[in-house]
Amino acid sequence: MSDMATIKFENTDGMLLASISGEIDHHTSKNLRTAIDNALKEHSPDKLCIDLSGITFMDSSGLGLIMGRYRITENADIRFCVSGTPPRAMTMFKMAGLERIIDFEEKRKDE
Amino acid sequence: MSKAKNILKFEFMSFSKNESLARSLVSCFVTQLDPTISELADIKCAVSEAVTNCIVHGYRDSIGKIYITLSADNERNIKIEIRDRGCGIEDIEKAMEPLYTTDGENERSGMGFTVMESFTDKVSVRSSPGRGTKVTLLKKLAAL
Repeated sequence: MSDMATIKFENTDGMLLASISGEIDHHTSKNLRTAIDNALKEHSPDKLCIDLSGITFMDSSGLGLIMGRYRITENADIRFCVSGTPPRAMTMFKMAGLERIIDFEEKRKDE
Repeated sequence: MSKAKNILKFEFMSFSKNESLARSLVSCFVTQLDPTISELADIKCAVSEAVTNCIVHGYRDSIGKIYITLSADNERNIKIEIRDRGCGIEDIEKAMEPLYTTDGENERSGMGFTVMESFTDKVSVRSSPGRGTKVTLLKKLAAL
C-alpha cells in the first residue's frame, strides 16, 4: 500500500468496516480498490461500511472508488454505507448526486 | 490578472505517484500568499484533477511529461497552467460534462472538470488531438 493511504479492516457480526486514512487520489485508489474487493471476497459480509474520517485529501478518484464499491455491493446484495465523511469530501459526493443513492452516516460504525 | 510578480514552473513524468508531488509543490507556491485552509484545499484538489486527467487520458497507455506553471500577481490572483503533450481531447465540451468519462472500466467518475470548475473561479481548456492539452485554472484569493 502506498505511504499516502492506508486501510484497516474490522469484521464484526457480519459487518466489514474499512477505515481509510491518508490521501485518496488516482494513485492510491488503485490499491484501495483491490484491498476492499479482496476483503469482500475473504469475509463475505452482510454489510460493508467505508469510513473516511481519517482521510486528509480526496479528489474525484474517491468518488469513483465509492461508486465502484456501491455497484459491487449492490450486485452482491450486500448493504453499503460510508461513514465519517469530511465536509469537503461530502461536497464532492453531492456534486455527483451520490447522497441520493448511498447511505452516508456521520460517525464511524464502531463509535 | 495583472502582471505576474512570482512564477514557478516545473515538469514531471506522468507517473501516478507524482500526483501527490504536484499537489505539494503547488501548495508550497500558494502558501506564500497566506491563503485560507479552504482556498488551499480548493486549489490542491483542482490541480490534482487536472494532473490526473493528463495521466489517465492524455498519456493513457504511455508515459510523458506534465508541465505546470504557476503565477501570482499583486492582487492575489493565481493562474495555474497544467499542460501535457498527450493525445488531446476530441470534444472538449463533451469531456467537461459532469459524469462523462471515457475510462469507466477503471472507475473514473467523470467529475474531474466539474470539481475543477467548482473549486476555482475559471477553467479554460485548449486541446489539439494528437498534440496535447492545456488546462488553465484561475483563482483569486480573498483579501488578507
